[in-house]
Amino acid sequence: MNTVLAHLPALQIVIPLVGGLLAALLRRGILAFALTLVVSWIMPVISGLLLHQVMTSGPISYHLGSWPPPWGIEYRVDLLNGMVLMLVSTIGAVIIPFARRSIDFEIGERRQAWFYSMYLMCLAGLLGVTITGDAFNAFVFLEISSLSTYLLIALGRDRRALVAAFRYLIMGTIGATFYVIGVGFLYLLTGSLNMVDIAARLGAAEPEQARAIIAGLAFITVGISLKLALFPLHSWLPGAYAFAPSWATVFLAATATKVAIYLLVRFLFSIFAVALGRDSLPIAEIVLSLSVAAMFIASIIAVYQTNLKRMLAYSSLAQIGYIMLGIGIANQAGLAGGLVHIVNHAIMKAALFLALGAIFYRIGSVQIADIAGIGRRMPLTMAAFSVAGLGLVGTPGTAGFISKWYLALGALERGWWPMVFLLVASSLISVLYVGRVLEAAWFRPVGEKAAAAKDPPLSMLLPLLVLAAATVYFGLDTQWTAGIADAAAAFLLGGLQ
Amino acid sequence: MEALLALVDHYNFVITIFLMVAGLYVVVARSNMVKKLIGLSIFQTSVYLLYLEPGKIIGGTAPIVDPKFTLYSNPLPHVLILTAIVVGVGTLALGLALVVRIHEAYGTTDDDDIADRNRDE
Repeated sequence: MNTVLAHLPALQIVIPLVGGLLAALLRRGILAFALTLVVSWIMPVISGLLLHQVMTSGPISYHLGSWPPPWGIEYRVDLLNGMVLMLVSTIGAVIIPFARRSIDFEIGERRQAWFYSMYLMCLAGLLGVTITGDAFNAFVFLEISSLSTYLLIALGRDRRALVAAFRYLIMGTIGATFYVIGVGFLYLLTGSLNMVDIAARLGAAEPEQARAIIAGLAFITVGISLKLALFPLHSWLPGAYAFAPSWATVFLAATATKVAIYLLVRFLFSIFAVALGRDSLPIAEIVLSLSVAAMFIASIIAVYQTNLKRMLAYSSLAQIGYIMLGIGIANQAGLAGGLVHIVNHAIMKAALFLALGAIFYRIGSVQIADIAGIGRRMPLTMAAFSVAGLGLVGTPGTAGFISKWYLALGALERGWWPMVFLLVASSLISVLYVGRVLEAAWFRPVGEKAAAAKDPPLSMLLPLLVLAAATVYFGLDTQWTAGIADAAAAFLLGGLQ
Repeated sequence: MEALLALVDHYNFVITIFLMVAGLYVVVARSNMVKKLIGLSIFQTSVYLLYLEPGKIIGGTAPIVDPKFTLYSNPLPHVLILTAIVVGVGTLALGLALVVRIHEAYGTTDDDDIADRNRDE
């Protein structure tokens, strides 16, 4: 047993990677699904054990192939990525029962096994980016997850899914290449690719090397920002989310951008803040202004969408703005707010997209005109949507309120109280777009398409209700979300002083 | 004059940056999807050079412990770039496969034409 426990960090990646290969070999959709279900349910057990170990006895350093760092690749788990690992694997485990019927409905039998195979590859890639302590290894995992994501999107049944996947491929590859250029600069400066080692060596860098460090910072920030869809580098995201299969959208919206945000946080706080030794990041102003722009512009565009999946995609852009705002504020409360919003937004957005997936399964459309009165036909689905929607707005008693509370505290601590008004104002815009859906679903007379709909089967309903309940639960008991995020923020900011 | 000499001195970086910018320009400026992918490939290739050039020391050998050799080239960039090439080939193959499917679905590979048709839907 102990020999297995010692290799948990490697198993976290190896199991989904091998699972992805096997799922493709199984060929039959139902078999591939069974395998995917088992793998998805093992993942949170492993990340739970890892997170527990980190919280009781400090960061874990795992040497792949027993080569000691900085020569070998090191998997390093601390509070920050322990939290993200837990998030990604739990979301995957909770939403996977939904996949069977939804995928059966949207994707032909011949392609289902490929879909599950690509999902497991994507999961392995995302977990790999999160767990690795090696900058180049992170690039490889980033591309494993991205390449499988392009395929997941392209499997959507609308032909526009192909174009969305192609555009994402172009933007994503440019982003990844920028990231490699940035890592290249750091490698030229330090001769090392291990993140901890890079930070230590950059700290001892000559002043005349500062320009090269800044260039590396710029390339890495722009590259990862493309991947995480920071406004205005977001053009790939709405199409990709709107035309991907419903279930793929749920998974991607909840995890893919979050992992990219994690990687950026890792570079900004664990490497560049240490190397440049300032009490605030050199790019804080840029990050702040772009996130405020995202909060407003993306929210306003969301109000005008008629396709609900596209509307939630724009809302995701605005929510990414909140997370980046916390990163830009970069003090204890602000950063904790940004990090806790990574978790809270993942839960709420997964619930919202699941509800849309259930609606699509019943009526074959997610146009706002077609869902008139659907609340009376699918009461549980729409109740879950409403709870998660209120969370998105930031109603007290939901998870969304906790994140905004921390963000507001962080802004006040810096003395930026106009920022608090901006936070509230942008939340009011989200009232508009969430309210539009609630109004159509609950208060309009039952439309033609919605008339025959009813709540989906239990395997689809249960994940949705669990996530909606989590939205409320994490709004009341914040020990597991804000508690860990707070500790992770303190850990990251330790590098800033 | 000095700046010019510095450029000539670092001609390898000049080539790298030229390829980088040229590739990115093709991606942005062309609406033909195959040409976009070609541009993307050129862009990625420039990064291979960025890694490889500084790793080579003229007259240096592979790092073999032997009293006859004292000057070594760094082998690590080559290994890294081997991985990056694999990623690049994978991306290009997937991109071209998508273009084939797009051509089947739309009858064109021009990004602007496709945007027009999508607007009509």
